[in-house]
Amino acid sequence: MNADYMLVILGMGVVTYIPRWFPLFFLSRRQLPEWLVGWLDFIPAAILSALVLPCLVTTGEPRQLDLLRPELLVALPTFIFALKTRSLAGTVVIGMFFFWLVGIIF
Amino acid sequence: MNSVSMENKENWQPVIKDGMMAAWPICLGYLPIGLAFGVIAQKAGLHPLEIGLMSLFVFAGSAQFIAVSMLSSGAAIVPIVVTTFMVNLRHLLMSSSLAVYLKGPGKGWLSLYAYGVTDESFALNLTKFRDEDWDWRRALVVNHTANIAWIGSTIAGGYGGEFIPSGAFGIDYALIAMFICLLVFQLRGLLYTIIAIIAGFLAVILSIILPGNSYIVIASVIAATIGVFLRKSKVFIERGQG
Repeated sequence: MNADYMLVILGMGVVTYIPRWFPLFFLSRRQLPEWLVGWLDFIPAAILSALVLPCLVTTGEPRQLDLLRPELLVALPTFIFALKTRSLAGTVVIGMFFFWLVGIIF
Repeated sequence: MNSVSMENKENWQPVIKDGMMAAWPICLGYLPIGLAFGVIAQKAGLHPLEIGLMSLFVFAGSAQFIAVSMLSSGAAIVPIVVTTFMVNLRHLLMSSSLAVYLKGPGKGWLSLYAYGVTDESFALNLTKFRDEDWDWRRALVVNHTANIAWIGSTIAGGYGGEFIPSGAFGIDYALIAMFICLLVFQLRGLLYTIIAIIAGFLAVILSIILPGNSYIVIASVIAATIGVFLRKSKVFIERGQG
């Protein structure tokens, strides 16, 4: 293993760790202002939607809109199943099953 | 001394069991991605040991894919490290959100916890902190179970993951399905649903016009800020929402 590669992954490790560590270390023991708590309260809903929706309706690099992806088609029954059952395990299994099914049909 | 160690054992055993049980959707989702990463990294000339070390030090899927493609095109250290920083900056938001729920552990435990903050562990643990009787020890076990699954599957990919048929059993959809379900858990009222829709649409538009994955942070920050103003606005309070 060469030293350059070690330097690359050490550097990557440090710059990945800092944003993960900084807020936990400095915010968790502190009384946060009300507006910040309110703002952070919206972050999970916002970030999950921002993570998942582009996966469903865009493809390629650079990304392009594509509304005919199996990912989107399967997302609809998966979403409804999650809404009705509120079961994480069930949703994962159902989502995989439909994706597998769509892969066979098309 | 014996009773102390017994007590400790009793305390940690159910914790480890609960955490590992909770982490399975993440592990399942990491398997195909980790194998694929291992295969690509091995084709780029990395030894399985080198692949495992990157997974251990960095523990961030998309950044590792990008780094390997930059390495194989002969990029220098600084551009790779800077790109990694940009790609993983979104964890700043996730750790800030988690901080609200992590008041128990000391600085050492917090520093260990920080290592395991990923899109997946954040989404799973945060939902559990809010909706269930979940504590930081169980959350920490989720982080490290996912970490082991990631390191293991990337190394396995480096040893010949190309022999595993891609797309088997719809496994490629495991993480998307998990994110969809965890998103559903966040929709605790009209206001949260509106914020999620705004964030999603912004993310789609920004992902098309901006390079990289900066759309995640920008869309989330804008949508959450809109949420604060909507909650403040009298219209929403009078209607009894938010």
